[in-house]
Amino acid sequence: MKMKITTKLWIGIAILIILSPVGLILPEVFKAGAAWGEWGTEEMMELVGYIPQGLEKLSSIWRAPIPDYAFHGWEEKPLQELSFAYIISAVTGIGVTILAVFIIGKLLSKKDD
Amino acid sequence: MHIPDGYLGPATCGFFYVAMAPIWAFASRIVKKTLSAKQVPLLAIGAAFSFVIMMFNVPIPGGTTGHAVGGVLVAILLGPWAACIAITVALVVQALLFGDGGITAIGANCFNMAFVLPFLGYYIYKAISYGSAVDSNRRVIAAGVAGYVALNLAAALTGFEFGIQPLLHKTASGQALYCPYGLNVALPAMIGEHALVFGWVEAIVTALVIKYLQKQAPELLEEGKV
Repeated sequence: MKMKITTKLWIGIAILIILSPVGLILPEVFKAGAAWGEWGTEEMMELVGYIPQGLEKLSSIWRAPIPDYAFHGWEEKPLQELSFAYIISAVTGIGVTILAVFIIGKLLSKKDD
Repeated sequence: MHIPDGYLGPATCGFFYVAMAPIWAFASRIVKKTLSAKQVPLLAIGAAFSFVIMMFNVPIPGGTTGHAVGGVLVAILLGPWAACIAITVALVVQALLFGDGGITAIGANCFNMAFVLPFLGYYIYKAISYGSAVDSNRRVIAAGVAGYVALNLAAALTGFEFGIQPLLHKTASGQALYCPYGLNVALPAMIGEHALVFGWVEAIVTALVIKYLQKQAPELLEEGKV
């Protein structure tokens, strides 16, 4: 029996989730820092010699439950455990995203098809 | 390309929330008219794809990192308005749950990645692939070019938003209040790294998936999408 294209694409998403730690490990291996314009306040201090006042105030306005796709206090964990957290983050984030799209889709889409 | 909290001043943050409000409203209306219940799973796959592809940080050795957005692909498959909604959902979840992109900058980040990027990519793809057969190589090339150009323009726009901050907000002593780098630094940095590296990632990913779909599900590439 022929597999539906949506099934194949879902499998593709699952494979990407499993491979996602590549996006964490490669920057580490090649000693690449943060994305341009996404530095934390400490990096900002090193870069320009001060922390812009407004930036300092606003940067802590939101405490994300899973900051930077890692659990709270996991900053110093080895790459292996961070990769695990990365996958859990991907599963969680994509799960919430899919749920939200299905709710929006239910509200917006035409019933008759 | 996810602008964090604190890099844009209140004027810029407010401006882009106000700019996005009618776009989101209009996108909802258009999608309500055109999206069939059968397409909802594809919309969810699009949002999931955009979410996960943004987690693939690509390093510039010894420099910064960046990533593709996947938004041009979603726009080609579902139309730019549906793509706008799918990418918005991914960006909001990234900001709220993972602090990837600031909550004050959701308007700006959505304007760059969920509005300009899918729309520009969609129309470039349409222009280049105009009149071509569904299984033609021109479609694959069109997808790649659209991905490359759209990601670069979105990056340039992000650089512009960073770069105007020192002009808008300064303390009496001349220190920046928000992003400290002006246009002369922010624009070339954002454009350069995306033109050299990350734009190619978006181009290759978009082109490869279109190539795959030509074989596996050509019906998805037919005209008459949202």
